[in-house]
This record gives sequence, C-alpha cells and structure tokens, in this order.
Amino acid sequence: MANGIAADSTYESYLAKKGFTAWALTTDHKRIGIMYLITISFFFLLAGVTALLMRYELLTPELDFFSTTTQYNVAFTLHGSLMVFFFIVPGIAASLGNFLIPLMIGARDVAFPRLNLLSYWVYLVGTVILMTALAQPADTGWTFYTPYSVETGTNVILITLGVFVLGFSSILTGMNFIVTVHKLRAPGMTWNRLPLFIWASYATAILQLLATPVVGITLLLLIMEKSLDIGFFDPAKGGDPILFQNFFWFYSHPAVYIMVIPAFGIISEIIPVFARKPIFGYRAIAYSSFAIAIISFFVWLHHMFVSGISETAAAIFSFLTMLVAIPTAIKVFNWLATLYKGSIEFHSSMLYALSFIFLFTIGGLTGVFLGALAVDVHLHDTYFVVAHMHYVMIGGTVMGFFGALHFWYPKWFGKTFNELTAKASWFLVFVGFNVTFFPQFFMGYQGMPRRYATYPEQFQSAHVLSTYGSWILGLGIFIMTVNLIAGIFSRKVPEGNPYKSLSLEWQMPSPPPHNNFEDIPIVTDWTYAYGKK
Amino acid sequence: MSIENRDHIEEHHTNIWSYVFVLLALFTLTAFTVLTAIKVDIGSLNIVLAMIIASVKASIVALFFMHLKFEDKLTWLYALYPLFLLFLLIFFTLMETFTRVPVLK
Ligand SMILES: [Cu+2]
Repeated sequence: MANGIAADSTYESYLAKKGFTAWALTTDHKRIGIMYLITISFFFLLAGVTALLMRYELLTPELDFFSTTTQYNVAFTLHGSLMVFFFIVPGIAASLGNFLIPLMIGARDVAFPRLNLLSYWVYLVGTVILMTALAQPADTGWTFYTPYSVETGTNVILITLGVFVLGFSSILTGMNFIVTVHKLRAPGMTWNRLPLFIWASYATAILQLLATPVVGITLLLLIMEKSLDIGFFDPAKGGDPILFQNFFWFYSHPAVYIMVIPAFGIISEIIPVFARKPIFGYRAIAYSSFAIAIISFFVWLHHMFVSGISETAAAIFSFLTMLVAIPTAIKVFNWLATLYKGSIEFHSSMLYALSFIFLFTIGGLTGVFLGALAVDVHLHDTYFVVAHMHYVMIGGTVMGFFGALHFWYPKWFGKTFNELTAKASWFLVFVGFNVTFFPQFFMGYQGMPRRYATYPEQFQSAHVLSTYGSWILGLGIFIMTVNLIAGIFSRKVPEGNPYKSLSLEWQMPSPPPHNNFEDIPIVTDWTYAYGKK
Repeated sequence: MSIENRDHIEEHHTNIWSYVFVLLALFTLTAFTVLTAIKVDIGSLNIVLAMIIASVKASIVALFFMHLKFEDKLTWLYALYPLFLLFLLIFFTLMETFTRVPVLK
C-alpha cells in the first residue's frame, strides 16, 4: 500500500478504516474533503443533466420537449441553483481546500476539525431541504428576483431556505481555513513561502466569511416578505424591488470570486510543475487575489444597469468594474511568463490548466464588454451574458477543477487513471465547451434573450450548433468521470511524487497517513524553486 | 507559543463581576430603548436614537462577552472590516436611491 517517500512500517493510509461511521463521523480533513468531492460532483452531474434537457428543448424554435414554458423555467432555475449554490460555491474551496490546505502548510488537520465535520453536515442538510422542494420547484431563476419571486406560486421558500442553510456551511468553512492558515503553518512556512493555492484559499475564505451573511439575510427577508407579507421589496407597502437586487448582488458579485479564486490557486500550482520553472511574479499573484477580494465589494451595481437604477450610480459602477480587470490580468500575464521558455509537459492536468488561461481570458474580457455601461444596455439579459458567465465558470472554475482532479488524483487515492483516455476526454470537453458557448456570443449580440424556451427562427442554426456542442461536452465529461472512477479500481500504483513536485503535500506517502505528518516538517525553502534542483 | 498566549488572555476575563456588570448595563440600555420609544418623540430621529443604543449594546457584547477587548489586532481587523462593508452597502444603496431622476411625473 505504501508507495512513497518516508513510508515506515507504521504507515496506514487515511483510507484504511472502512465503514459508514468511519466516514460519516470522521474529523479527518482528508476524508471530509473526499466526502465534499463526491457530493459536489453528484450535484454537478445532476445540474449538467438539466442543462442537457434545456439544450435539447432549444433544438427547435417551438416548445416541443417540455410541455409548458414553466417546466423550462423550472429547468433553468434548477440548473442555476444547483450549479451555483451546490457545486461551484462550496465546490473547490470545500473539497480541495479541505484536503490540501493542512497538507500544504504542514499541519495535521484544520484548526477546528469538528466544526469542519459540522460544515459538511450543514451542507448536506441544505441539499436535503432543496431536494424536498423538487416536487414543486421554483421557476424564478437562481437569482430569485422580486417581485416575481414573491408573486409566483412555486416553491421559492424551500429552495431559498436550502440556500440559507448552505450559507452557514460556507461561513464556517471560511472561518476554519482563515484560522488554520494563521495558526497551523509548519515552522519555516512563512507567508512568502506559502503555496499560491493557500493564498487563493485564504482570499476565498475572507469572502466566504464576510459576504455570505449578506445573502443569508437577503433570502431570509425574501422568505419573510413571502410568508408574512411584510413589504421590504414591495413599493405598494413602502419597499423597493431594487433593494433586493442590491442586497443579492452585494453577495453574489464577491461570490463570483468565491467560485473562481480557488481555481486561480490550482492553476498557479499546476503550471510551474509542468513548466519546470519557478512561478513568475509570486507576490503579484498572491496579492492580486487579495486585490480581487477587496475590489469585488465595490462593483455589484453592474448587474443592475437596466434595472432602473440612477444613471449616476451606473456610471460610477461601470468605472469601478473596470478595476477588476487589473489584478486578473496580472495573474494571466504572470502565468504566461511562467510558461515562457519552460520545458512544458502536457499532462492531462496541464491541458486543463492551459485551457483555463485561454478560456478564462475570453470570459474575463467579455466581462469588460458587459461592464461598459452603454454596451451592457444592449447586451443585458441576452445569450452574450450566458456565454460570458459560462466562459468564466466552466472555462475558468470547472477547467481548474478538472485540472485539479487529474493533478491530485494520485495523492488522494494512491492510484492513477488512464492518461490517454484523460487526454481524449479533455479534447472532447474543450471542443464541446467551445462549440456550445461560442455561438452564444453571436446569438446574444444579435438579440437572443436568455431564459426563453422558444425563439424566432433566425436563431435556430446557432442554437442547433450550441446543442450539438453540449452533447460533445456531455460525452467528454462522461468519459472523464468513467475514467476517474475506473482509476480507483486499477492495480497501477503510481510513484509517490509522480510529477517531482516540490510542494509539501507530495513529500509524503500517497495516500497520506491519517495524521499527515509523523513529525511536523521544518520548511527551509520556497515551494517553487524548480530548475534549481 | 500560542498556548501561552491563550493562558495570558484567560486571566483577563475570569472575573465574574465584570460579566454581571455588563449584564446589568444591557438591561439598563434595553429599558432605555423602550422608554425612549414611548416617551420621546423626535420624529424620524427616533430610529436613529434606537439604532445608537442598539449599537452600544452590540459593542458591549462584542467587547466583553465575545472577548474582543482582549484579542489581538488581527481579530480586531476581522471584527471591524465587516462594519466597513456594511457602510459600503448602505452608502452605495442610498447613493443610488437618492440620485434617481423621476422618469414619470
Ligand atoms: Cu458582477
């Protein structure tokens, strides 16, 4: 079983203990990370199926697959809510963050292991609440905008309650990680030696801790408005519907960075390993995560340019939005500089990392289009927005997530997957993704509105192309999933440190022993000193 | 090192009388809130008054019951930064509301 560095006779993998309670009641951060990984992957696949159903409906201009337009509305609400709140927000932070943070900083666990287990169970309770709402799901879209969410007869209360409960999981995880990074770093693991994934996770944790309460309160206000008829958002009762949007986006714009900053961290880990070069601009990458985390609180009105907000506010926020492009571009340029003259190896995880840079840049730049006030008035609520956000969320976060799956897989399971199949599925994912979403930029620019089950015939060819793309993408993800699951049952045992990474988590046996480190390591060098050794 | 720190901090708030004093202060302020709500009429400033009293109470809870008074600078930063975010939320939301130009008369 033991196959790595410094494995002695007492070595026992964290996976060794079997049985339901050994998992359900574990306080081992690695097991909790794996439980998150399985749960979020399940919701990712489920939400992906709802997307395939929507794309299937959109093959023709008429309503044919769904029997009512409400069913289509329910489908995109489920797709959005599941993807955003159940997969992508808790996703990388909770699964990879849990598994990797203590290993990377040289700790035996997170600061509050029991709280960590509680976070997972709170997350699960949230998902159960949401699942009970599936009998009569909401049709509001994942943003739950008033006044429609107050008026609709569908089950908005249960779905928002589920999201409210999930929020606590996010807050507790964020706090846990902040304390862990401050208090449990191994001797010699100074801030400027920290892996960039840790910097990214820390910046994410700040957002989780400080922004999530706002959406919790907002959804609670919505529930109160709906059940007690209070009138926070109803002008007839002295409220203001824009107030809901203000509250909602005050969280949900920073939430975009909860989703994507961990992926920045992953890319910063994968690229230097497979370029065999020290990361370029270490501090610039590290600090830009913080700059993004701070600026992200100053831009939220850019979601509301056509909601009837004042022109003064719109102009100010259009300007402020442009500022986000600076730290983001700093990261992209530093990754490119790291690749420059590197000796690059195209491992499957590296292919995902490179796709990330390419696709996220398209997503980011189209975000600048949308941040520009005048352009946004034309593009708002069209497929251009849909394409933009999928380039950021799939092209960015999901590519980072898939890269991480392939990169740390041997670390998690002490097994390996079929690399050739992994590369083939990457190719299908990459092509399928672009075929699905690139046409949507043009459709949106020509005026195809989002969230419609039917459309004028002129858009059909683009929609058909997009739907074919979704099948390629679906096939790619299916093959990838099968390949990764099959890997667990394979007999092939990889080397302990297959990529000759210098990061701390690879300097121990794979899978790691229960307590991670027999003796807490003493760190003497930077994580990225490639080429010198 | 951090363990020693913890012991050092513990000394400060083992005195039960300081807790009793804080509790009495909270009761007094609650009574004050109710009283000003009934007896004082300064129009829309009433809500301001109530909020000021509530903020004082919240600060007392944070400082003594939640031990903020005995914590280091980093904890203070994490306690105060959300107040800045709250300011941002209120400031920009109000700024947007007050700069609206009526479209229909
Ligand atoms: Cu935004």
